[in-house]
Amino acid sequence: MERRRFLGRFFANVAAVTAVSGFFRRSFAGSKDYDPTKHYYGMGIQVDKCIGCGRCVEACKAENSVPKEPFFFRTWVERYIIKKNGEVTVQNIDSRIEKSNETFAEKDILRSFFVPKLCNQCENPPCVQVCPVGATFKTEDGVILVDDERCIGCRYCIQACPYGARYLHPEKEVADKCTFCYHRITKGMLPACVEVCPTQARIFGDVKSTASPLTRFKRMNKLHVLKPSLNTEPKVSYSGLDGEVR
Amino acid sequence: MNNPLTEKLFELLKQVSGFIYPNEIEVHWGILVVVYPYLTGLVAGAFILASLVKVFNVKEVQPAYRLALLTALAFLLIAPLPLLLHLGHPERSYEIFLNPNFTSAMAMFGFVYAWYLMVVLVLEIWFTYRKDMILWSQKERFLMRWIHKTISLFSKDVSEKGAEFDKKMVRGITIIGIPSAFLLHGYVGFIFGSIKANPWWSSVLMPIVFLFSAIVSGIALVILLYMVITPLRGEKIDIKCVDKMASFLFYAVIVDFSLEMLDFIHRLYESEESIKILGELVMNRLFISLGVIQVLLGMLIPLALMVAIKLFRFDEELRKLLYFVSAILIQLGIFATRWNVVVGGQMFSKSFRGLTVYKMELGGVEGFLMTLVLLILPLVTLAILIKILPPWDSAKADSVEGGPGYQKLATD
Repeated sequence: MERRRFLGRFFANVAAVTAVSGFFRRSFAGSKDYDPTKHYYGMGIQVDKCIGCGRCVEACKAENSVPKEPFFFRTWVERYIIKKNGEVTVQNIDSRIEKSNETFAEKDILRSFFVPKLCNQCENPPCVQVCPVGATFKTEDGVILVDDERCIGCRYCIQACPYGARYLHPEKEVADKCTFCYHRITKGMLPACVEVCPTQARIFGDVKSTASPLTRFKRMNKLHVLKPSLNTEPKVSYSGLDGEVR
Repeated sequence: MNNPLTEKLFELLKQVSGFIYPNEIEVHWGILVVVYPYLTGLVAGAFILASLVKVFNVKEVQPAYRLALLTALAFLLIAPLPLLLHLGHPERSYEIFLNPNFTSAMAMFGFVYAWYLMVVLVLEIWFTYRKDMILWSQKERFLMRWIHKTISLFSKDVSEKGAEFDKKMVRGITIIGIPSAFLLHGYVGFIFGSIKANPWWSSVLMPIVFLFSAIVSGIALVILLYMVITPLRGEKIDIKCVDKMASFLFYAVIVDFSLEMLDFIHRLYESEESIKILGELVMNRLFISLGVIQVLLGMLIPLALMVAIKLFRFDEELRKLLYFVSAILIQLGIFATRWNVVVGGQMFSKSFRGLTVYKMELGGVEGFLMTLVLLILPLVTLAILIKILPPWDSAKADSVEGGPGYQKLATD
């Protein structure tokens, strides 16, 4: 009898705590009917299609209130110029940086291309591993998010990211990064950068789906990811990626 | 937005060489994060020196034993402060204790720190001083009497048996304490060594290098403190004690230097993808702090001095001078070591294509003046601790044989 009463009370308490914590848990999804277990997101990038217009960067900054200054990016575009003498120049394409307007003599250039970069939403995310308070976490649908009401601003995740995809938000004093526009995709919309890309260099989709642009992209191309040796298993894959890109 | 941060970053952008990822322009772990491993290193080193006396029965170091313990405590109390000041949201720091992420090396901070502070240091100091505190409190006036009574937790036992028990406890705690000190600083090394994204940090040797550099800096600090405080008290420096400590320092420096050379040669020999940018880092950004301060001033010169002391029969005064100079150079060198790890690891881009810059400010939370304050604060704390728990006046037990409380507790 004693034990039964104890167990009864115990479970009642557990239920109460769960209910209360559920009430306080923040929802990051854009829609109430959204079921994260039914999705798993990824992105494909066709390097040969990117023209370096930078609309994705601007759209991202506007959509996600990323500070305008050229030190804070959730996504950015790199320009590679490989000269005939083997010299490699890389620039961050941003109208606010003088350097990125530098020109090169055409006769010296061997090949040149643009590479859009963003958080790779790693399957094995080092940032999630190192966060001391669990403020950065992986959602059920595979996106890495930061809870900015829990982040203590220690910046360990920024150090742990091999891709330079994170920055410390100068006003909020918390880590910030690409969310695949989680507030949009959970409503069935596309991430802002994908939406505005004029050449469809970025392809967003569900890796679980059998008939999506992303699946088609994966079927039709030889793919590569950034820094595969680090075993982070990025969910952003590139077609036509050059060996010079890191 | 036109705040000082972005103004500074625009300025720094002009000094970047090559290509860096755009988010990398801000150096995230600045001088405060350099101070933190420097302070914890001193704690671990001072404690390990103290434990030589108790565990390995190195009698010569006895005069510096209590000083080393108090030094460890003073520095440990201040060590979390630079971390706290560095956080974007210090008011949420308690989350590390309440809500730790068990895969994070940093989250283990709370546990390692609490264990080391409460179980090791405070307990060992309490047992070391317990009897003395009782004896002091019997002769003292109001304030100090109550301070000593309170921190001795109103213990009254001054019996031989009690003192014997204290000794046993101290020895036991020290035996637990040595691996704990290894843990405390090894774990700080692990925070850096486990970051696979950063080839300058990512090394299995990192915790061990941290540990030995900690031992080096801790012993050097206790030598310095002992050599400064003793003459100030009008006492004579026990040269045998200093000789012995310097001898341990010498061996620790040799091990530390060998480990760092091993790390260096290993990197050079394996010559991985990152070797070119790390070479540029060392030759450009870290030339002074690594080549000159850490290796030449902080290691080679002190080593040469200590070898000279071992080879030639210098007289006492010259030995003291050389020890003092070596210990100061070593402190400088170890601070530079921490700088080179923490700041150096952020001076190159993870694209391996460029170098960035770090500019320390004078004022502000992350500035030079704050750093000075944080380095002086442990010494102030130590001064207070020495006032409350004088490391040299071990009270004589015979003065209160049969005093109040003696009988009662002896029969318990």
